[in-house]
Amino acid sequence: MNIDGVNTGIVLDHIKAGKSMEIYEYLGLDKLSSCVAIIQNVKSGKYGKKDIIKIDEIIDLDLDALGYFDSNITVNYIKDGKLVEKKHAELPDRLTDVIKCKNPRCITSTEQEIPHVFELVDKEKKMYRCVYCDALVKLK
Amino acid sequence: MQGNKIRNLISITDLSVDEIEGLIETANDIEKNPEKYQDACAHKQLATLFFEPSTRTRLSFESAMLSLGGQVLGFSSANSSSASKGESVSDTVRTVGNYADIIAMRHPKEGAPVIAAQRTVVPIINAGDGGHFHPTQTLTDLLTISRKKGRLSDMTIGLCGDLKFGRTVHSLIEATLRYKNIKYVLISPDELRLPDYMTDKLNEAGADYEEITSLEEAMPKLDILYMTRVQRERFFNEEDYVRLKDTYILTPEKLRNAKKDLVIMHPLPRVNEISVRVDDDERACYFYQTLCGKHIRMALILFLLGIKVKEA
Ligand SMILES: [Zn+2]
Repeated sequence: MNIDGVNTGIVLDHIKAGKSMEIYEYLGLDKLSSCVAIIQNVKSGKYGKKDIIKIDEIIDLDLDALGYFDSNITVNYIKDGKLVEKKHAELPDRLTDVIKCKNPRCITSTEQEIPHVFELVDKEKKMYRCVYCDALVKLK
Repeated sequence: MQGNKIRNLISITDLSVDEIEGLIETANDIEKNPEKYQDACAHKQLATLFFEPSTRTRLSFESAMLSLGGQVLGFSSANSSSASKGESVSDTVRTVGNYADIIAMRHPKEGAPVIAAQRTVVPIINAGDGGHFHPTQTLTDLLTISRKKGRLSDMTIGLCGDLKFGRTVHSLIEATLRYKNIKYVLISPDELRLPDYMTDKLNEAGADYEEITSLEEAMPKLDILYMTRVQRERFFNEEDYVRLKDTYILTPEKLRNAKKDLVIMHPLPRVNEISVRVDDDERACYFYQTLCGKHIRMALILFLLGIKVKEA
């Protein structure tokens, strides 16, 4: 794999420096048979340092999950050496079983095996609301 | 009701202003022509699932259903149900949903009725979920104000007592913010002020409000005075409770500067925050509120069941 360029595949750019391994595992990239390159501590004007992940295959990425992880990530789709699509990871509108409700009075604290569901209420503030008890949670 | 979509009442904001207006109209018609409605829910069953006891609210629902010619079944505390054996809300509601046509439930945990609504196809009415919502109390309050004032806009509402934990207060504010020209006078000790997330809502809506500690000072401005109970369990120590619980007791003396057409409300039960000497004042509407509570619950049951009563 040529790590400078991907002929056909995906480049995850603007990953917060040091976070690429977590994302690699989170997205299950270790299970792919194609080449995956992780490039760490790349100098970047925008964030100082960043990580980049290059995947030598176009796979179905869960942009919501990626957005929850880090909403600054950009996803570049490359075909025949050309950038064909650029997407921004965004905070998902709904998180299911990603974060847990910490309100001790919430029904999720006693009811057996119900999913913890949160809905995005404020993109800027990264604020989510428990759909059961309305408790607010701010993502870091 | 539109289509086949099941409607529930979990939070007061589940109802539009127009729908609330419709419920108020039906409730007023029920008051005038009770016989027209006496068989409206014949052969229908209301289940009252009270995982936490509240005799007053349960009786109001049961009385409402009986006056519509319907039947009631249910339990009145978790001890007398299988919930004490660890049965979940999901399983209870799935089961009862096969028996009853509509369910009113009260549960100590916040969000319990959301789960209930996901597990059954019969309408769920939230009859109180912990410190979270109690929308039928709010409907009751709106009907009382509407009947006493002939409107839900253009008035000054004084809210007095425990504004920090008082969910009826939060819910009433949320509901009345949707009407025009409502001013709020928030009367409480510093310890029990309205929480920030509620004052944020007032600010966002551009509402006119003031926070004040003296009930007597606020009195002359008010069209509505909504009293709430300062509950012992909200305090860490007995001393603070004893000091504060008597601070906002309504007496005939404190009413001296009040408007002649003031409407005094209270969600009940009261402990001593309103002197019994106020009960005979014609401005005292808290027992009348319980009658409004029955009428609005009747209207709500009809609405959620999609039953239209024909003109007699
Ligand atoms: Zn919750």
